[in-house]
Amino acid sequence: MSLLPKDFSGYIAVVKRDCATCRLIQPALKALDQARELLVFTQDDADFPRGLSGLRDDSALELSFRLEIETVPTLIAVADGKETRRLVGWQREDWRRLCDMPALGAGLPAFSPGCGSKSVEPGMPEKLALKFGDARLQSRRIPVAAAQDPHELAYERGWSDGLPVIPPTAERVLLMLGGTARSPSEIVGVIPPNLAPCTVEKVAVNAVMAGCKPEYLPVVLAAVEAACHDAFCLHGVLATTYFVGPMLIVNGPIRDKIGMNSGINALGQGNRANASIGRALQLLIRNVGGGIPGGVDRATLGQPGKVGFCIAEREEESPWESLAQERGFAPGTSTVTLFAGGGVHPIADQKSRAPESLTRSLALSLRTIHHAKLYGGADALLILSPEHMRVFRHAGWTKKRFRQELDKHLAVDGQVVIRGAGGIAEGMPPGLAGQRLNKLRPGGLLIVYAGANAGMWSAVISGWAASGPKGSVPVTVAIE
Amino acid sequence: MTELLDPTAERQPAQRQALPLPQNLAGARIALLDISKPRGDVFLDRLARQLQALAAETRRYQKPTFARVAPAALKQAIASENDLVIEALAD
Repeated sequence: MSLLPKDFSGYIAVVKRDCATCRLIQPALKALDQARELLVFTQDDADFPRGLSGLRDDSALELSFRLEIETVPTLIAVADGKETRRLVGWQREDWRRLCDMPALGAGLPAFSPGCGSKSVEPGMPEKLALKFGDARLQSRRIPVAAAQDPHELAYERGWSDGLPVIPPTAERVLLMLGGTARSPSEIVGVIPPNLAPCTVEKVAVNAVMAGCKPEYLPVVLAAVEAACHDAFCLHGVLATTYFVGPMLIVNGPIRDKIGMNSGINALGQGNRANASIGRALQLLIRNVGGGIPGGVDRATLGQPGKVGFCIAEREEESPWESLAQERGFAPGTSTVTLFAGGGVHPIADQKSRAPESLTRSLALSLRTIHHAKLYGGADALLILSPEHMRVFRHAGWTKKRFRQELDKHLAVDGQVVIRGAGGIAEGMPPGLAGQRLNKLRPGGLLIVYAGANAGMWSAVISGWAASGPKGSVPVTVAIE
Repeated sequence: MTELLDPTAERQPAQRQALPLPQNLAGARIALLDISKPRGDVFLDRLARQLQALAAETRRYQKPTFARVAPAALKQAIASENDLVIEALAD
């Protein structure tokens, strides 16, 4: 290290004047300075401790950063340029032994704890890593003029979904990148519609803007992978005039680790992780993929979830296997499932206490999604609430049993839904009269458990009118 | 100076590009903005005559004071009622 003489042998002490212990041990440092080869690096006052021959200014904190100093005072023994031992805080006997000075610190207390190093104050590690470390960020730097508001700049540049974004400074992006072990330059996927390669770094930049914490980043990365999967057909999901946008369902232990909400108001506002993870994906689609409303995004009406729509399943309290388990992932695996979802359609049923009644009731609402006379087009996501699940729990119904019973009530005779039936021009082709038609394609129903303990309401979310292999198929990706 | 990292795929230039110049001023709606500096009106009067000779349609606007940015309503009026704007900036 160029801050030290070549092949230095001796002792390094790192101190700051603002630390009571550092001030306390000044006599010991003076004695050490006279008896041994000592370099004292001080973080906040180049004259502290006054009068030492080996005093060095570390107000730039370069040495503190390079030696990973977390506490002051820190005493490091060095032989031929290599650290042999380090002591943190003042421990009189340890200092005496390390320095081979039996009388060192006579008159000082036996122990005094140190203080936090200035190099680890909040925000400082990122600043120092950018200045002195090997962190290399590739994104173009956009200067903000002194009188310019960075929030307004983000709007003017078209980076925002209409809500304020957190300005993506290099320090914030570096902090965000701490949420993953993946290299910033790694390509996560190629994002439609512009088919732009998206690096981990670009994901981090947009995650910062969306308001994510670093620990959310693995979820966002998995969501990007899912969105770039050919089966999800993101270009079509964007370009359609239908309502849908990518909706995220998170399963597994990461939900609790990052504090996601799967209980009260599970589909609503108020939780940072739920709100910002879905938004981060949408900002990536906008900024990296170029999917902008009025451009490739041709939605007639859209829906408010297109700002970001991310929920978590309330797995622990569910008697049924989770969405992730149903989709082949082992319990304990964290996953994100992407579903091309429209808005939330409420299902009220406060009377059914028998599973047969509630199943018919749910099927009746499910048959109305997309259009009550259109069958086999849109997938659906059914979100069962605790009070509705209680009916199935008490009856001992498994998820498989529920699906079997539900399927019976999701089919109708073709003649009641063909074009013109009921005096309505919309409907299925006339040639399907006489056939039994299923509302949903095989595999076209996702079932998730979420919500508060009170309320006999569930919800259904319509998939894209072009669901399935002809359009978008839900995609589940494990979160690293 | 604060710097932000570009969140886009960086396929657009970092600096905003000027719009292409019009090929022809005939029929163009041109705002003439007087920022309330001395003799700005003299300059704009003369410019208006020349533009009208080219069959352009001119409209006059004025900022209350040159010392402050234009009020939002004025900027919106200029943007919504015109294709081009010419500003008499300095005296």
